[in-house]
Amino acid sequence: MAGPKYPGFDTLALHAGQSPDPATGSRAVPVYQTTSYVFRDSEHAASLFNMERAGHVYSRISNPTVAVLEERMAALEGGVGAIATASGQAALHLAVATLMDAGSHIVASNSLYGGSHNLLGYTLKRFGIDTTFVAPGTPENFRKAIRPNTRLLFAETLGNPGLEVLDVPAVAEVAHAAGLPLLVDATFTTPYLMKPFELGADLLYHSATKFLGGHGVAIGGVLVDSGRFDWEKSGKFPQLTAPYSGFHNMDFEEESGTRAFLLRARREGLRDFGACMAPMTAFQILQGIETLHLRMPRHVENTRKVVQLLAGNPAVAQVVYPELPEHPGHALAKKLLPRGCGAVLTVDIKGGREAGKRFIEALRVFSHLANVGDAKSLVIHPASTTHYRMSDEDLARAGIGAGTVRLSVGLEDAGDLVEDLGRALSASQKSVAQK
Amino acid sequence: MNFTVDGRQVFAYTAAQAIDEAKPTIVFVHGAGLDHSIFGLQSRYFGYHGHNVLALDLPAHGRSEGPPLGTVQEMADWVMRLLDAAKLQTAAVVGHSMGSLVALECAVRHPGRVGRIALLGTTYPMKVSDAFLQAAKENRQDAYDMETIWGHSAQAALGANPNPGMWMYGESLARLGRLAPGVLYSDLNACHTYAGGEAAAAAVRCPVLLVLGRRDQMTPAKAGAAFARTLPNARLVQLEASGHSLMTEAPDATLDTLIEFFRS
Repeated sequence: MAGPKYPGFDTLALHAGQSPDPATGSRAVPVYQTTSYVFRDSEHAASLFNMERAGHVYSRISNPTVAVLEERMAALEGGVGAIATASGQAALHLAVATLMDAGSHIVASNSLYGGSHNLLGYTLKRFGIDTTFVAPGTPENFRKAIRPNTRLLFAETLGNPGLEVLDVPAVAEVAHAAGLPLLVDATFTTPYLMKPFELGADLLYHSATKFLGGHGVAIGGVLVDSGRFDWEKSGKFPQLTAPYSGFHNMDFEEESGTRAFLLRARREGLRDFGACMAPMTAFQILQGIETLHLRMPRHVENTRKVVQLLAGNPAVAQVVYPELPEHPGHALAKKLLPRGCGAVLTVDIKGGREAGKRFIEALRVFSHLANVGDAKSLVIHPASTTHYRMSDEDLARAGIGAGTVRLSVGLEDAGDLVEDLGRALSASQKSVAQK
Repeated sequence: MNFTVDGRQVFAYTAAQAIDEAKPTIVFVHGAGLDHSIFGLQSRYFGYHGHNVLALDLPAHGRSEGPPLGTVQEMADWVMRLLDAAKLQTAAVVGHSMGSLVALECAVRHPGRVGRIALLGTTYPMKVSDAFLQAAKENRQDAYDMETIWGHSAQAALGANPNPGMWMYGESLARLGRLAPGVLYSDLNACHTYAGGEAAAAAVRCPVLLVLGRRDQMTPAKAGAAFARTLPNARLVQLEASGHSLMTEAPDATLDTLIEFFRS
């Protein structure tokens, strides 16, 4: 007898988290543009506040439109639930602030989005949370950096901008052996290309601004919990396993078991830090997710054509993309990313900083801006923009050179993209020749 | 709150309240492979509204030490020993699925201690398919998949969880993922082999509430309603928008039904 089946990814991308609106029959997710929700009576109000009933109280804590996005992402990732946030950075901060206090320590990959590097390396340090950065290519590096006060291991599934492929199973094993959770930033891979929870990660987040939204119209983040990490057994997280005077002496793990992390993150993190997502933003990101399974294969297909052009062009010193055999993460990528390595790549243009600048300025289809994961093709020079606060040494450790250019390949006609890049590469070398 | 029963440490959620012998007590008994957290909202409500609550983790579930108890009758007697450990003489018992059979046996085997029972997502006999039992016996993932998918209405596959931001399937799978090997099989086998329903139905004397989900795929409402007709003093409530996991699929309607039952 065959067992029951789960809905497929494509179906979940379109439906998860929503039933047709019971009040109006609306098939599209309604935008509940409201701050607050009328209580049935005083007892109902008290019960909602004391978490005796499910429901919405105030849109900083939860909102019906945002809840659809949260549940849809939990379904796509295979988590117990999710919290949508004002940005990807807010999601990272929410995870850290929920799990640790001053005096705690994080072991993080040194190949991170510049904003994450700033948060961990500078800003959190002011609040007594230290981070040790390690090269992510060797899982043993994470183990060596763990201290008694370490509370989290953190890395990107594909590093930014070097595209290091994180060996999620191996790093998760290191984390779990130390009684610690592994948090990954899965922005570049999306649940379509990689399911980090199936590989052993415990928590993940996305900058939903990127491929999830997919159209460059809304800033947002989403933090998802696998519900698999046993906070009680770890014994390192009194934030979740001891009575908390900030919430009626609630012991979150005792109260809710697998929901403990998200319960505290929502009831404390959104309540106190307030970095919530607006309902219209959730609606816009949901529109993107509904075609994620169609867009990602095309992103990958176009990227492969672009990589093929770049790898054979004499103006290019190096192309960094894990599907190329010379990439250090190539073998791992074949194992962990069988559907493709995403749509972000970096290129070192011969001639250094000036050639890189000339290359970017000659592009006509690619837009020069600070974003990735748009349906439109994008380009940026990390050393002077996204990673500009990093020292030269940190830049080198993250694999970023003066002439490194990051591309985010969109959904345009691939021939137009190849032509645009070919022309810009020629332009970049004219500048070198003139010098 | 931790208790010692049969020399083993076991857990029951009390809504972070001290036990007060002057208050009425409600015991919540979870179903196969579940734990106290399945009653999170309902048990918390009663804990803050004039009752002692003991939302227990049966042995080998949640925070309670094992091994699992192999029969419904053993579980019922164990619930009474937990009451002893909590120094409580009487209680109402709310049981879900396998826990509903435990509640029924509590009422019949210990009539002086159980004043009323509420049976959620129930039926009798509670037969389990050979395929499900075998998968659980072999600790296969598809046993957890069957428990998850059949344990909810078909609509739950696509979500719309009343609890904002949570995904019911994900919660179910994560909870089951924490079970020790063999525990789900032990529970399912206890349901499958339980043969005391007819005798218990004839013997029960206390008020009984049955709450069924019309979209239940595990214990179909039609079968549950037929069982209800064999119980004297039984009140039957069927919730339109719920499958087997009434406490999470229809938390408010389930709570309102329980409130009314305990007020009457």
